Amino acid sequence: MTMFTTEPKSSISSREKALEKKDVASAQGKLSARDVSIYYGSTAAIRNVTLEIPERKVTAIIGPSGCGKSTLLRAFNRMNELVGDVRLTGQVLLEETDIYAPGVDPVEVRRRIGMVFQKPNPFPKTIYKNVAWGPKINGYRGNMDELVEDCLRRAALWDEVKDKLNKSGLELSGGQQQRLCIARALATRPEVLLLDEPASALDPISTACIEELLDQLKNELTIAIVTHNMQQAARVSDHTAFLYVGELVEFGATEQLFTKPKLKRTEDYITGRFG
Amino acid sequence: MRANAASNPSIQSGEFRRSELIAKTTGAVFAILCFCATFAALAALAVLLIEIWQSGHSGLTKSFLRGNPSSLPERAGIYPGLLGTLWLMGCTALFAIPLGVGAAIYLEEFAPKNRLTAFINLNISNLAGVPSIVYGLLGLTLFVRFFGFGRSILAGALTLSLLIMPVIIAATREALKAVPDSLRHAALGVGGTRWQTVLHHVLPAAAPGMLTGIILAFSRAVGETAPLVMIGAFVHVTSAPAGILDKFTAMPILIYDWAERPQDGFREVAGAGILILLIMLLAMNAIAILLRNRFGKHKLA
Repeated sequence: MTMFTTEPKSSISSREKALEKKDVASAQGKLSARDVSIYYGSTAAIRNVTLEIPERKVTAIIGPSGCGKSTLLRAFNRMNELVGDVRLTGQVLLEETDIYAPGVDPVEVRRRIGMVFQKPNPFPKTIYKNVAWGPKINGYRGNMDELVEDCLRRAALWDEVKDKLNKSGLELSGGQQQRLCIARALATRPEVLLLDEPASALDPISTACIEELLDQLKNELTIAIVTHNMQQAARVSDHTAFLYVGELVEFGATEQLFTKPKLKRTEDYITGRFG
Repeated sequence: MRANAASNPSIQSGEFRRSELIAKTTGAVFAILCFCATFAALAALAVLLIEIWQSGHSGLTKSFLRGNPSSLPERAGIYPGLLGTLWLMGCTALFAIPLGVGAAIYLEEFAPKNRLTAFINLNISNLAGVPSIVYGLLGLTLFVRFFGFGRSILAGALTLSLLIMPVIIAATREALKAVPDSLRHAALGVGGTRWQTVLHHVLPAAAPGMLTGIILAFSRAVGETAPLVMIGAFVHVTSAPAGILDKFTAMPILIYDWAERPQDGFREVAGAGILILLIMLLAMNAIAILLRNRFGKHKLA
């Protein structure tokens, strides 16, 4: 595969890397990180990560707090650069395009790669406008009412809000707000959806609702989800990447990674020996 | 009072022996001191209001409101000053609000955080502390003489704009800072540009705070006398201004003039003028509060 022409200069031994390659080689990466390192000032938060996010699958990124999983996720739609002194080396590819190449508009990147944040953050506007704003500013020419309904349906929220589309998005419960945020992200017709611990602020029922939703959404788009909840990763994802102190330790099919991890460190983490 | 708590069997135990008596007394003394401080401020305000009301309320007549300045106290009126002040405030708003808000948006939302912007920030804070008479000197040199606007409303309004712009910038920046980043990320995350994010989401969320700050800045400008005297605003203007290049007078200038005159009758006139000015200030502050409450309703959760 051409995607592995550049050998990552990682401190993880090349034998371990080789194990990884075999798993991933079969999957076609919709989104890929190639030897990506991310620095906050002079501190490296992510070191030489090479990762393929397969199309129309759910890929979970797990790891202990502070391992850089959110940083890595935000690198996939150029949200890190909003924070300030953040530098990225390596390549992040959406299909064949390097989204960090000069001339690539981060605004267009973010339209095609949507994001849902840890804390529900609906706009302080009506439910309708929450969904319609993204397509409107991106010059959507179709029928807006239909688009809003479609997105709310796909986010499993339509039945609960169809009679109060003109109420503020902030009047909804936390779980509903997060689904509204998912509907909002879907409205720009993204090809990839990134979710940064989308259920960590929600109760178990809302969490189950979101997880079920992801299972349906993966039929239409590629999903990457960051979570520190290993059960959640095991439940929702097809592939799992385990990140530790800024390095990718192991990446593989979720079932394999959780039942027969190849590396001792992965096993220690998923069995709760640390983290 | 449970002053004997310390000697009674206490629920304190082990190594912890706190002197409850001292702790409680200090607390009570501090609360009383704070109350006195509040009372002193309120008392000063009350004395001021009563004093002005007593000396000025009998002068608050229709002819005072509609009349022109005069050398006879019983015929003196505030009309040109009232209109002059309204004109000044209107023109100042026209210059200071767009410039001040624009600068604040640039500094807060767009400017890179580097040494240059840090330097600019420091100097804006410094400008807010410059005495108003210095702005008067600047206005005299720049607007009255150099640009040749003369002692006009335009020159006065531009001078007052310079005076309150640092305050508007600071207030607007504080309001923008209070908007959580999660809102910006939400808008940018669905493919909004920085400009769309600011215009559609950040500014509406910051509006109540911005409006309050702007109106408070204007309450300061409305009472400014020194810079207007400095640029040479007139006292005896017998007609209300009709355009921005007309000569003008303003309420604080008239009040200053009346208060300086030897005749007893002018004390009443000055008092009445102060009352009008105070009513205007209170009205502006009331508007600030109303706006804040109105916009504050759709606050962020």
